[in-house]
Amino acid sequence: MSLSSVDDLKQPMTWPTGGATRIPYRLYSDPEIYALEQERIFKGPVWNFLCLEIDIPNAGDYKTSTVGETPIIATRDENGGVHAMVNRCSHKGALVCLKEKGNAKMLTCIYHSWSFDLAGNLKGVAFRNGLQGKGGLPDDFDTSKHGLETLRVETFCGLVFGTFSDETPSVESYLGQPMSKFLRRNLGKPLKPLGMHSQIIHNNWKLYAENVRDSYHATLLHTFYTTFKINRLDMDGGIVLAEDKWHHISYAKRETFDEAEEYKRSNIHAAQYDSQLDGPQLLNAWNEFDDGITHSIQAIFPNLAIQFTLNSLCVRFFVPRGIDKTELFWFYVGYEDDTEEQTAMRVMQGNLTGAAGLVSLEDGCINEFVQRGTHGSEGKAGLAEMGGRDVESSDASRATETAIRGFWTGYRKIMGIA
Amino acid sequence: MNTAIEDFIIAYAHDIDDVRLDGWPDYFTEDGTYTILTRENLAAGLPMGIMYCQGRGMMSDRIKAMKEANIYEAHTYCHLLGRSQIEENSDGSYQARTNFNIIRTMQDGASEMFAVGKYLDVIEMRDGQPQPQPLFKERKVVLESRRVDILLVYPL
Ligand SMILES: [Fe+2]
Repeated sequence: MSLSSVDDLKQPMTWPTGGATRIPYRLYSDPEIYALEQERIFKGPVWNFLCLEIDIPNAGDYKTSTVGETPIIATRDENGGVHAMVNRCSHKGALVCLKEKGNAKMLTCIYHSWSFDLAGNLKGVAFRNGLQGKGGLPDDFDTSKHGLETLRVETFCGLVFGTFSDETPSVESYLGQPMSKFLRRNLGKPLKPLGMHSQIIHNNWKLYAENVRDSYHATLLHTFYTTFKINRLDMDGGIVLAEDKWHHISYAKRETFDEAEEYKRSNIHAAQYDSQLDGPQLLNAWNEFDDGITHSIQAIFPNLAIQFTLNSLCVRFFVPRGIDKTELFWFYVGYEDDTEEQTAMRVMQGNLTGAAGLVSLEDGCINEFVQRGTHGSEGKAGLAEMGGRDVESSDASRATETAIRGFWTGYRKIMGIA
Repeated sequence: MNTAIEDFIIAYAHDIDDVRLDGWPDYFTEDGTYTILTRENLAAGLPMGIMYCQGRGMMSDRIKAMKEANIYEAHTYCHLLGRSQIEENSDGSYQARTNFNIIRTMQDGASEMFAVGKYLDVIEMRDGQPQPQPLFKERKVVLESRRVDILLVYPL
């Protein structure tokens, strides 16, 4: 199925009245929409996260990933340059790199031994001139026209981004000023890998894109946040939206906690858990910055988020693996100049998030509950009116769904849905 | 001694399968460590796993959060263990390696392989009657896969 515009859909699609405050459930389960997203979003004018620079530190290093469903290779060449290509041999379409990570001088397809340099140029064709004067490629075969399909690549703060589109502006202008400034705050120093794992969540990728922008749920569903005062809505905090609305930052300042009556009064699951930690070392933390922000999550359209919870710094990357399946990668990092104690604290606080995160494990199932709950209701829509109906930054409160409205504003535009 | 250790390792698994988790921290020494990590991260020498408990206190926090704070769909585990390979260390403690396969059953009836890997244990023998009592000084749960389905809340 290859679609390029909403007009190609068999079942016409228009956005319900109410704009970004209404989220058509069909978008979570319609295979045609999913196919259209591959073209318009992942192959469109966005910067896709490919890998971290520390995944490919040395000349010849490569790492495979996917942009939407398209397999790609990111490489570092002999001069330190970073490249990205579709992981598909220009001959018969086989995967060129089979390993997730590796180091090579040339990338060679095992099927017929066609080989490519680290920038994707075709350098060798086995038996190009045939054998004993017979067979081989025609004389006019132009190897320079048969390299791997390349992506434009830019790195920013240790993140490697790629795009299929010539129209995507530079990463920095794609992000906009507030987003790039905050990324520099969090990832602006040489990074050190701490560990990675992934999680299969049984929901459409956009449910997770909403979930990371949902500052409203974070302290209702995630009891641990609330109880141990890591992140609550009665701390100073806010939401910053990018100019295009589709990226966001949500932040909280732990020191400003001023217990709100609403948590005590209302029947909030998250406020019912009364506990002291038997292992209080879990929450030993130091202030990394002097801006008072102790918890933040920043989402970059389409499928990247950077989390800084106390001292736990993690790059989350969520990849569509089908209409109702998403692989969520957790790349935990520290800084190269961290002391041993600091590394130990980051490792300790790793317990808060990830597939077994004391705070975040609910997100492994909550999006699936929406996926299942909306089956059979494809003609209906979800609501996002918390904090009003506008799509603006909110420096007063995070009891808002403005960042979710921001996601859908950007989504609707890039998908071209009237 | 090997039989006592094997019985201990089996009892641990059965307690989790039967959801008797309050006593889970008591399988460890007071300062024992429990780590779930991936084969890949272990091989790369990376320090971070999927779960890490340092001492019984952190283990009880896990159980308490699991029972009272965390939200997830009901499920149970069934551990299938291979025979343990046990060796004595020079300090009198023991090392054990045991392969496991854990089947998870969800409330809709799906029974599927959830985790496969090996336990790498350091076991201390404590005085006891009628025989010495093994305790985990260190239990590393090494998963073959880096990928967890849905979420991980019960200890493995
Ligand atoms: Fe969440």
